[in-house]
Formats: sequence, C-alpha cells, structure tokens
Amino acid sequence: MFERIWHVLVKEFLELRRDRWARFRLLVPPLLQVLVFGYAATFEVFGVSTAVLDLDHSQESRALVAEFASNPHFRIVQMASSQHEAEAAIDDSSAAVAIIVHAGFARLLRKGQSAPVQVLVDGTNSNSALIALGYVGAIVNDYSQSYRSDLLERINPRVAGSLVTITLDDRPWYNTSLNSRWFFVPGVIATITLIMVVNLTAFAIVREREVGTLEQLMVTPLRPFELIVGKTIPFFFVGLGLMAAVTLVGTLWFRVPFRGSLAVLLLGTSLYLLSTLSLGLMISTVCKTQQQAFATNFFLVNPLFILSGFAFPISSMPPFLQWLTYANPVRYFIVIIRSVFLKGVGVAVLAPQLLALAAIGIVLMGAATLRFHKSID
Amino acid sequence: MKLRRIRALATKELLQVVRDPRSLMLALLMPVMQLLLLGYGVNLDISHVPVCVYDQEGSQFSQSLFKHFQASPYFRIVSSIHSDRGIRRAMDDGTCRMVLVVPADFSRQINGPRHASVQAIVDATDDNTATLATAYAQVVVAGFSSDVQLNMMERTRGMPLLPASVAQQSRVWFNEDLESRNFIIPGVVALVLALVGAQLTSLTIAREWERGTMELLISTPVTPMELLIGKLLPYFGIGLVDALICLLFAVFWFDVPFRGGLAALLFTTSLFLVVVLSVGYFISVVVPNQIGASQIALVITIMPITLLSGYTFPIDQMPAVIRGVTYGIYARYYVTILKSLFLKGSSLHALWFPLLALAAYAAITALLAARSFRKRIG
Repeated sequence: MFERIWHVLVKEFLELRRDRWARFRLLVPPLLQVLVFGYAATFEVFGVSTAVLDLDHSQESRALVAEFASNPHFRIVQMASSQHEAEAAIDDSSAAVAIIVHAGFARLLRKGQSAPVQVLVDGTNSNSALIALGYVGAIVNDYSQSYRSDLLERINPRVAGSLVTITLDDRPWYNTSLNSRWFFVPGVIATITLIMVVNLTAFAIVREREVGTLEQLMVTPLRPFELIVGKTIPFFFVGLGLMAAVTLVGTLWFRVPFRGSLAVLLLGTSLYLLSTLSLGLMISTVCKTQQQAFATNFFLVNPLFILSGFAFPISSMPPFLQWLTYANPVRYFIVIIRSVFLKGVGVAVLAPQLLALAAIGIVLMGAATLRFHKSID
Repeated sequence: MKLRRIRALATKELLQVVRDPRSLMLALLMPVMQLLLLGYGVNLDISHVPVCVYDQEGSQFSQSLFKHFQASPYFRIVSSIHSDRGIRRAMDDGTCRMVLVVPADFSRQINGPRHASVQAIVDATDDNTATLATAYAQVVVAGFSSDVQLNMMERTRGMPLLPASVAQQSRVWFNEDLESRNFIIPGVVALVLALVGAQLTSLTIAREWERGTMELLISTPVTPMELLIGKLLPYFGIGLVDALICLLFAVFWFDVPFRGGLAALLFTTSLFLVVVLSVGYFISVVVPNQIGASQIALVITIMPITLLSGYTFPIDQMPAVIRGVTYGIYARYYVTILKSLFLKGSSLHALWFPLLALAAYAAITALLAARSFRKRIG
C-alpha cells in the first residue's frame, strides 16, 4: 500500500516540479497578498478631514476648536464661514465631519447652562463614522468636565475641592498600541492558506478526470483511498510551506509578535490543513469539470471568509449566522493563530478550538472519501 | 468583422453555459448569497460585549457602577472574578473582552478629593472592537461620574446645580442610522460582478486548449476581435442580470436607499463589466492551463476588490504607497460610483473622474484582450 501511495506522491511532485510557473504561482501571489493586506487592512481612524464653523468667536468656542485641532484623530481642513459652506463640505466629500458652534455658545456656558455643539457626519462609511463620533464625544466630554470644574472653582472653591471626577483607566492587553496590523496579519495567514489549498486540491482530481487520466489511474492497482492520500500529501506540504513563508513575513516584516509556541501553531495548522484539504477534495468529487470546481470554490471562499471573524466580529452577527460559523473551520483556526501570536496561550486554553477543527477535518475527510468512491463508479 | 460569425460564436458559448447548469446556477445564486451574507454578517458596531467584573471593594459605589454598565446596550456582565490570576484566565480563554477592576479603596477615593478611577482591561486582539468598547465604557463611566457629582452637590447646602456642559448634537448624513449594511452593500455589486466575471471568463480559452477544441476554432475564419466579442457577449448578459438581482435585492430586501439614476448605474455597470470580462479573457489567453488561470484569477480579483477598492477598508487610512496603488485598481472607481449613486444620489456630472478612469480602463483592457489572442498553435 505504502509503495503505491509513494508512486502517486512521486508523480505529483514531478508534475509540480515540471510546471515552472507553478512555483511562481504558489509563492509570489500569497506573499504579495500578505504585504498588501498588512498595509491596507485597517479600521483605524486617524486624521478625519474636519470642517469647522465657529459662529460664536468666543474664548470658549476657540478653546473647543483647539481641542479638535490638537487631536490626531482629526485634521481640520476648512474653516467655514457659514452653515451652507460647512454643509457643502460634507456634500462634496471634502470633509467627513463638520463641527458647528452656534452664536451664544459661551453665553450659555457662563450661565451654567447646557450649550449645544452641532456635529455633522458623513455616514457613508458607517464604521469610520461611528468611531469618529466616539472621538468627538470624548473630546466634548473632556472639555465639558474641565469647564465645569473651572467654573465651580471660581464660584465656590471649597465645594469644587471636594468634588470628585471618576475616570476610566483603560489598559489594552495583548495589543497595547491597538495596532490593526497585529489583528489582521494572523488572520490573513489563515485566509491565504485557505484560498490556495482549497483551490489546488479541488483542481487536482477534477483535472485528471477532465483530461481523462483518471481512468488510466483507475485501471492501475491503486485503490481510491491510496489515490486520495497520495494526492493530498503534497498539498499538505505546500500548505505548510505557504504557512511558514507567510508567517515569516508577518513576524519579520510586519513585526507582529509571536508569543506562543511553534509546536502549538504546527498542531493547529496541521488540523486546519486537514479540513481545508478535505474541503478541496469534496469539491473535486462533486464537480465534473475544472470550470465547475472553480465556480464552486469562488462560491465558497467568500462565505468562509466572512463567517470566520477574520474582519467582522462574529458576536455582532444575527444568531442564525453565528450558528453557521460553528461549522466553519476557518473560524477556529483564526482563534488559534491569533491566540498563539498575540496571547501566547497553549494547548490547554485552545483545546476546544483544536478539537473542533479535528472533528470537522475527520468528518469532511470521511465524507470526501465516501463520495470519491461513488464518483468513480 | 462579421456579425454572423460573432452571433454564431456567442450562440455556441451561450449553449455551453446553459448546458452546464451547475456553473450557471452558481453564477446566478452568487449575488443572492453574497448579499445575504454581507448584508447580515457584516456589522462592525459592537453590542453586548462580555464583561467580567473584579470588585475588590464590594461597596455601594461599585454596585452602582456595574448597574450603569448593565444598563448599557453595549455591555453584558457575564461573571465576576476574585483574583488577579482570574483576570488572566478569563482574558486568555476569551470568556470576556473586558475586565472592570474596582480598587479596594474606591469609596475612599470617591469621598476624598478630586480623582477616582476604575481600571478597564481590554482584550485588544481585535483593535477595532477594543477601540469602540473603550469609547463606550468611557461614556458609561462619565455618566456614572456626573451622577455621583450631582448627588454630592445636592447634598451640599446652598450649592446651585450647575450642569454647565456642552451637549453634542450629532446629525449623520447619507446613512442616517449608521447602518453597516448601507455602507457595505453597494460595494457588493462590484464584488459580485468581479467574481462572476472572473469565474466565467478566465477559463474560457484555457478550456479550449486543454480539451483540444482550440484547433478547430483556429481553423475557422473567425478573427481575434470576433472571438473576443462572441465569447464575452453571453457573459456580459449574465453580468447584467446579476447586477439587476443585486439592485433589486439591495433596495427591496435590505432597504438600502438608491438615490441616483438608473441609466447612470446601467452605463457604469456596463463599463465595469467590459473591464472585468476582458481581464478574465486576457488571463485565459495568457495562462493556457486551467489551474494556473484559476489561481491568477483568484488572486487578481479577490484581493484587490476586498482590500483595495475601498469597499470595506477606507482608502484614506492606507499608507501613501498603497493609496497610490489603489488608483491602479479598476474596482476602486466602480465602488466609488456605486456608493455615490446609492447613498448620495450624485449625478454622473459629479462623478466625472472615476467615470473617465473606468472608461479608460474599459478601452485599454478590451484592446489588450483582443490583441493577446493569436491564431497560432504551439
């Protein structure tokens, strides 16, 4: 049996080696993707283009505007002179936020009343808008608090001295500088491996079928199971190599910390590859032509992405979609790879994810083998 | 160029599509599935973030603070912790994304002068969620703080209540409820067309080579230009149907506003389809085996569209070099146009730059695709 598997292996490796293009295709695009992705993928919000309209011209309004000017999350691009001008800036996208201080702002504040500040936001990009609004809120809040304590100080120093302000002292863990790259790069490693491995495996068998060489293989003493093993092992190594290359770029180029152990990552990767290889095999048993395999692959890749928590938090999805994510191997591997990179946790903590991956891999592999038997009859 | 030959080729290609019902089904199901998934699955706002509390004091104040958190829709207190090691464990295994630590002398701090603080340990693995959660927690604590202050002022005799504060009145334009859906779905049209286009065309020539039918095709009097048009016409039709499905679904199912003109949408969509199909065809000519073509197509379509088109990740936040690269990504222009047409209702007049760029791309890619094919064997 091993001898026959060995022969398939040799054949597969030879095919890979004789296709000079293949090596290029296998390595260059994934590396390119990590590089671009590492730079492009961010939900951070800095330097939001801001238009300011100050109709009050008071010390107070200028102080508030100065708070925005000195905050790195905002970049004042325009001092508008009328409401119309401020609105036009949002309309033609030259500003994403407009801060409007109406006349009478300082008068209200000095009387100890509540003074409104109008904020216009371009909501086209809902996420950026949300985050920008959060920063506006924080600035306005801070300003309010310090204005109030200054006012109290002047009116009644004794009471002011006894008043307390309670603040939140936030400590981000694992990614102390809130760097988007640290969040995305490990996820990219998982998704790129998914794209490449599923595609390669899906084509492997369909191609033999379409070109007609599958029948030749079937008249040899080779058993279907042996063919599957021989076909998938090379891709397993291709997957491992890919993972290693992409991980190196992540740690050496993007300086994402690697705090866990390589052994845990290797274990997780192997289980992940088991699932992705099986998925590819599954596709190749269902499809008759490479065209179909390709279409199916395209059809599946995006849902696997979106339902993996790779960019969009699973906890914000409706319950039905959340349930679906449990069947997605990528979901588990993303938790594993992120935890190994950033949290540095071991097998004990990751046991649920590892077990889930193993279970999905075994079920898929079993199903693919059964289907394969049927599809060659 | 003869119309008769183009028609014959288009008919052949159409028959091939229709007789492979599975591929056709996938092409038509694609928009529905993508829209459902992205429409429901993509939500970057947070809600019910699991919070653990570590109350080192156990006073009325700490209880009241927790009530403030419990009342916020953004947080959900899941369990309490009683040791420093417990924090590590809860954070490591993801039981909670935030731990609130109330210090043992919290009441004394509050009754003392000036300043008291609560610690929030945040799981920043996901920096976006962490940023939002911290901002919301800050608001909750600020609310708690002014409650405590007002309480104190009330108790101090002869002290007037002084709200003296700045009230933020926000108005959001174009996407009034800040629905992620309205932001994502217009871009999905571009994603769907690019995926379907690449999927249908990028193997079309490679397949003829691998199957051996290319020699037949070459021996016919068809010219390269006729071949291009004839091969792509049916797919152009499928692409338009897909775009229509997307539009209907977006507007009637997801209630995404469509404020622009239909003619403008049809025109730009046609331009984009020409680009996408020509690129697919070009790949197919240049890479004459199906595996290779499929890999190149995957890389060329999925990555630029999801990353560099501005459909999810804002282009203005990218480093300058990458921002420069996005100008070379044709999907970028289409996504800009789609978002403006859907949400802002811009006229084509205001969109002249992306429109011009898209038209230039259409001309260049179509020309390249037509030129790439040579009637030669080997």
